[in-house]
Amino acid sequence: MTFINYASREINCKIVYYGPGLCGKTTNIQWIYEQANPEKKGKLVSLATETDRTLFFDFLPLDMGTVKGFKVRFHLYTVPGQVFYDASRKLILRGCDGIIFVADSQRARMEANIESIANLATNLKENGFDIRSIPYVLQLNKRDMPSAAPVTEMERLLRFRSEPMIEAVANQGTGVIETLKAAARQILMELQRT
Amino acid sequence: MAKLDLIMFEEEYKLLQEIIGRLSKDASAKVVFLVDKNGQQIAAAGDVKSIDATSLASLTAGNVAATDGLAKLIGEKEFSLLFHEGEKDNLHISIVGKRGILVVIFDQNSSLALVRLRVKKASKELQEIFDQVEQRAQKESDTGGRFESPFSEITDEDIDRLFGD
Repeated sequence: MTFINYASREINCKIVYYGPGLCGKTTNIQWIYEQANPEKKGKLVSLATETDRTLFFDFLPLDMGTVKGFKVRFHLYTVPGQVFYDASRKLILRGCDGIIFVADSQRARMEANIESIANLATNLKENGFDIRSIPYVLQLNKRDMPSAAPVTEMERLLRFRSEPMIEAVANQGTGVIETLKAAARQILMELQRT
Repeated sequence: MAKLDLIMFEEEYKLLQEIIGRLSKDASAKVVFLVDKNGQQIAAAGDVKSIDATSLASLTAGNVAATDGLAKLIGEKEFSLLFHEGEKDNLHISIVGKRGILVVIFDQNSSLALVRLRVKKASKELQEIFDQVEQRAQKESDTGGRFESPFSEITDEDIDRLFGD
């Protein structure tokens, strides 16, 4: 649910990073935070456990500049990936404008990826969204891992609507901005149609 | 799809701003924020600069959402009021209509009773404006037509520019 404020000429979009535990959602956001121009970024809020696992969410506001005279602001959220935090994941999807699904390329995590997409579909539905039509990007993260599955195999297992698919190594920043950009493009294009 | 964008026009925004400005004074509050349930700040009044408003909005929405989940777990529709008491400052959070959250931060210059009283009155006024915004959005969505969106002619170049390409 985009918030368009005509008084302050601002438009706010909420993008949620989704995916199985330890797939690199927080790493994506942290990399963006570290790279972003200090004037553009707000504070990175992380609600994490003592061992740095996401407990509720991470949040990063980003000022992107202007489009058609409106200030565009992205609110980036991550969900906690661990299976038992499902209630929290559902809450964070509320009013989102687009999803970035971060898949873990390691072969051993393929099942977890598939389960997480199914879980995303269910949770989106409960929030009144359809996974087949909401702006959506698939990121194949951890491409540098020796046990990474081939891209073609991951595509066959995880890509279901010819969504943009981006290879990434989030801890080195590879593919991170491309992923965000692909999501931004879909969300802003969506505004044309609504 | 249950997706109605929240579109706020200047006149509505001014009214909201006026109401929370008045609330801030009447309740002797430090700051008053009006936040959307999805975590976006709508309006603010008082000593706004003293607080990171964006983080506050997002955390408040998370807090309300989590409390909402708790309410449903025990069979309540919602908890319409949250109160956090600190050593110096206190946080009074209440739900306005279906999508608004009103956050009042106050210290010993005010009291919970006063804040509650003033919030009650302001909430009613705020709700009326939210209803208007909602009705307009619904009407536009029903008729299929909508006011001319400034984004109807957005191009790939516009998006590239946002990313500094």
